[in-house]
Amino acid sequence: MTTQSKSITLHLGVLAVLAVLFFVLPAYHVGAFSRIMVLAIYAIGFNLLFGYTGLLSLGHAMFFAAGMYGFGLSVNLGGLPVIPAFAIAVATAGLLAVGAGYLALRTIGVAFMIVTLMFAQTVYLVILYFGEYTRGDEGFIVQQAQRSIAGIDLTSETARYATAFILFALCFLVMARLVQSPFGRRLVAIRENEERARMLGYDVGRLKLQALVVSGTVSGVAGAAYALLFGYVGASFAAVHYSIFPLLWVLLGGAGTTIGPLIGVMFMFYLIDFSSGLTNAYMLVAGVALVLITLFAPHGLAGVLRKKVFKWLP
Amino acid sequence: MAAVNILETRGLTKSYGGVHANKDVDFVLPRNKITALIGPNGAGKSTFVGMVSGRTLPTRGTVHFEGQDISALPAHKRMQLGMAYTFQITSIFPGLSVEDNVSLAAGRKLAHDKAAHAAKTVAVLEKIGLSDRRDQIASDLSYGHRRVLEIALGLAQDPKLFILDEPTQGLAEGEVDAFVTLMRGLAKDTTILLIEHNMRVVADTADHVTVLDQGRLLASGSFDEVQANTAVQSAYLGTPANV
Repeated sequence: MTTQSKSITLHLGVLAVLAVLFFVLPAYHVGAFSRIMVLAIYAIGFNLLFGYTGLLSLGHAMFFAAGMYGFGLSVNLGGLPVIPAFAIAVATAGLLAVGAGYLALRTIGVAFMIVTLMFAQTVYLVILYFGEYTRGDEGFIVQQAQRSIAGIDLTSETARYATAFILFALCFLVMARLVQSPFGRRLVAIRENEERARMLGYDVGRLKLQALVVSGTVSGVAGAAYALLFGYVGASFAAVHYSIFPLLWVLLGGAGTTIGPLIGVMFMFYLIDFSSGLTNAYMLVAGVALVLITLFAPHGLAGVLRKKVFKWLP
Repeated sequence: MAAVNILETRGLTKSYGGVHANKDVDFVLPRNKITALIGPNGAGKSTFVGMVSGRTLPTRGTVHFEGQDISALPAHKRMQLGMAYTFQITSIFPGLSVEDNVSLAAGRKLAHDKAAHAAKTVAVLEKIGLSDRRDQIASDLSYGHRRVLEIALGLAQDPKLFILDEPTQGLAEGEVDAFVTLMRGLAKDTTILLIEHNMRVVADTADHVTVLDQGRLLASGSFDEVQANTAVQSAYLGTPANV
């Protein structure tokens, strides 16, 4: 089996498992997995920039929020149907990424982290400032009647799982393809040694901007999907912890691997789910688990797999 | 007909505060020859090739490559015009395999053509003697092999002008011999600008030698001519030229 066919088998296999889970899992976990898949899209977007290009943004919540509000406001204020609203949402996130990237990519390292963090805080404050439309912290509900495509109600458990699955599969497969393409390899080159990449004649500035725009756009897809499938739009999704979450997921799951984001979100979701059943101090349990994984598996769970078993893991 | 000189610099100067790393360097590089740039430590050799390749911004002066003024172009655009650069301190992609390293270097021109891209990668690995280690992670290579890989990254780009900043530094005798053979083989259709401290390598490869001292062009000519030059002797040995 060539590396390519192994990779295709793996990705289709992951999707097959997710499809089967719908039929075998109890209702609670089906709901959980709908959420996990949507958040995994967000992590996939973040991973392109962080895991593959080596750029740590601490402001990705702005792209998630751009997708979420782009969708929610288009539906609620604009009265648009789902598909055009979704398109507007994704375009909004993409445009925001162009603008934020154009400015923030003039900085590197810690300065880049701070600048992206500040941009995200600005977006958060803008959402609060225009509370008349956004309902600020309180947020707003996208009505059930507005969450349907061609008469199919997306609020039912089945439709929600199916929609999350289709969107996840799309992002998952496209991203797997992208990171193995010449473009993806060039991003890895930047992560490994930016100066060398530049001195091989690669336009590093342009590649980084392209990576950020794709990353921001995919994060926007996740934000819009969240609003569509769970019907709630709120400023807390633009707050700083929503910029930190994708970093944790990706670190846990394995930065720079295609399956890492899903594994990370799944692990974190069930870790919190499990520990909150044990104690009120569930974040303490989660924290200890995070520290242990960082200590003993610094490349995340998929990183361990890549090192020990599947060296070809893309 | 192509011009005789592939590269020309005029008045190239780099100052750090009041210190001139390079001062008014007028330099020409003949096409398809090996030119060695030599000089004592701190003579400004790396600064000079930094300004040629675009890594370092000059304080003033111009660089012409194949008749085109490239002074305002960023480094990656200069590489796209046909330059390649190897670093004095080895600069490879440490976390990637040897093959991926070479493939990335060949891929700028060839990524659209899978077969040609793969063939080029194989050919370069073969030529440089790293075929057996293609799957090894670059950071696991020995120092000598890492140096060789660095040169392979240059070769894979099929450059018109290949700038090598102290490529033989730290190589074993046998590896240096292989390097000399490689350079001679390349010079047929590539122009080579070599910064080198190893005088044996200079004597064995260079058609032309240019000497920099304290940021200025001191002498230029064949190896024998330069060797006989008293100003060069004094620059290296630190004795006044008029003694």
